[in-house]
Amino acid sequence: MEKFTGKTIFGQVAIGKIFFYSKEKQQVTRRKIDDAEAEIKTYEAAKEKAIEELGSLYEKALKEVGEVNAQIFEVHQMMLEDEDYNDSVHNLITTQGVNADYAVAVTGDNFSKMFAEMEDEYFKARSADVKDISERVIRILNGGMDMGSLKESVIVVANDLAPSETVQLDKEKLLGFVTELGSSNSHTAILARTMNIPALIGVKISEEWNGKMGIIDGANGMFIVDPDEETLEKYKELLKEEEKARALLEQLKGKDSVTTSGKHIKLYANIGNVSDLASVISGGAQGIGLFRSEFLYLESDDFPSEEVQFAKYKQVAETMGEKKVIIRTLDIGADKQVDYFNLPKEDNPAMGYRAIRICLKQTDIFKTQLRALFRASAFGNIAIMYPMIISVDEVLKIKEIAEQVKKELDAEGIQYGDVEQGIMIETPAAAMISDLLAPHVDFFSVGTNDLTQYTLAIDRQNAKLDDIYDAHHEAILRMIGMVIENAHKNGIWAGICGELGADTTITKRLVDMGIDELSVSPSMLLRVKKAIREA
Amino acid sequence: MKEFKYVITDEVGIHARPAGNLSKLCKGFSSKVTISANGQSAEATKLMAVMNLGAKKETEITISVEGDDEEKAAAEVEAFLKENL
Repeated sequence: MEKFTGKTIFGQVAIGKIFFYSKEKQQVTRRKIDDAEAEIKTYEAAKEKAIEELGSLYEKALKEVGEVNAQIFEVHQMMLEDEDYNDSVHNLITTQGVNADYAVAVTGDNFSKMFAEMEDEYFKARSADVKDISERVIRILNGGMDMGSLKESVIVVANDLAPSETVQLDKEKLLGFVTELGSSNSHTAILARTMNIPALIGVKISEEWNGKMGIIDGANGMFIVDPDEETLEKYKELLKEEEKARALLEQLKGKDSVTTSGKHIKLYANIGNVSDLASVISGGAQGIGLFRSEFLYLESDDFPSEEVQFAKYKQVAETMGEKKVIIRTLDIGADKQVDYFNLPKEDNPAMGYRAIRICLKQTDIFKTQLRALFRASAFGNIAIMYPMIISVDEVLKIKEIAEQVKKELDAEGIQYGDVEQGIMIETPAAAMISDLLAPHVDFFSVGTNDLTQYTLAIDRQNAKLDDIYDAHHEAILRMIGMVIENAHKNGIWAGICGELGADTTITKRLVDMGIDELSVSPSMLLRVKKAIREA
Repeated sequence: MKEFKYVITDEVGIHARPAGNLSKLCKGFSSKVTISANGQSAEATKLMAVMNLGAKKETEITISVEGDDEEKAAAEVEAFLKENL
């Protein structure tokens, strides 16, 4: 048994025999030809055939993965008809007297290099498209076969897969795929996500795996080759659970999270890292209700720079598109300690120097994060959420700093979007004065874990108190009711991002109280959706 | 000759699909349509050259149209840009 790590594209389990796919080496050799005119005719015929193939791929993709993802093949058709590309092929054939496949190979190389040298990630990635269309024409010229249909269900392992190859793969037989190259923004990756195919990229692959047993562990970004009995059993169990969940998803797919009385409840996901995004998308969340930004600080040896933060926030915003992404500013302190913050040891850290309290004292840390967040907001639908609020004064200070940040960005001519700013209600103080806080913010999100521990005066970490820790305590439910009421009176929405939000035994009561949003861990999305639809 | 400017609002910039459609549109005119951006220019009928301008969001591009049907071509290209980019 051997384990390899990679980057998850779609985080689920796949178990099966490995099929090592190596592109038949397109043997392109330079030959002298006599009849340039005839060679050009040969090229034109091959090009027409390629355009025809792309047309049927477009139709296939349209049915299987939708218009947006099928467009790539239409684009490939357009690229093949590009004047400069064709001029280059024709010129090579006539002026140098070379064979058509060689002329296409050289042209393809030149054009893909041109794109590879561009700065922008999007345009850079187009070099793979140029390669793909050129290889298609060369294959036709050389009388090569289309990627053959698979005979049994397999995990495809390849150096790289072109989007056209991914779509051609027989979905019934494709358990998952593992590639060495490719990026998470490539069309192949996007297709894998859309088709719900477990996939890993960036895995150091080996041809020797062909025919061996393989396991894709998408959740952990791991590929296991030749697993032992115990491991295999473990993953078979996991797979069964996933299949059950998938069956449930099939039933609920496309259905709204709407109650029996017709009220739409926003169902969002809580995540703690960019790698969780796949599960958010596969779970059908309408947005991200809590993106914990701590990972940026916990993964780093020093304060993460604005650029580092910006890149991550942008990635999340872009991946989620128009869907809302609520990012919580840093919540370090208490049980999450980071060395370089140099926080002194406290007797009672849960009630100590943490979260927004650090941000309002060490404003440089706060401003760096806000700048990164506002900048990223130009690339999607970002909202910002502030934790551990106890007073109106804190909110006013935060907003003043946010305004300063916006002014600085304006002065530098940097774009940002229209950003909703809300607060977490996780202290009894904030719940009690939610009527005073509401006019200053765009939303409330109740953090029920801390709210419960503070209200009941029960330390969450103390196992001895587990039997009296009552998440359904009337005091908590009344506070939530109050928070919702005060939110609605002020025309803002209220949600829950704590564990209570995922507690399906209480969903009905929350719905009756008028909750607008529930944000839960991705694995709970479907169960909560079911509860909402029954409430 | 007709000339006008346009600022790209599309998030990705002049990407493959609109560039392809623009090229199709411009092949229908007898006028020559040229797009300039970032100090380079490309004929609008040439998809890859247009993409190679690397015109991203907020980039100001200049479109010049020259030929018999330049009035009509300029109007249609401008409408296309507003609609798609």
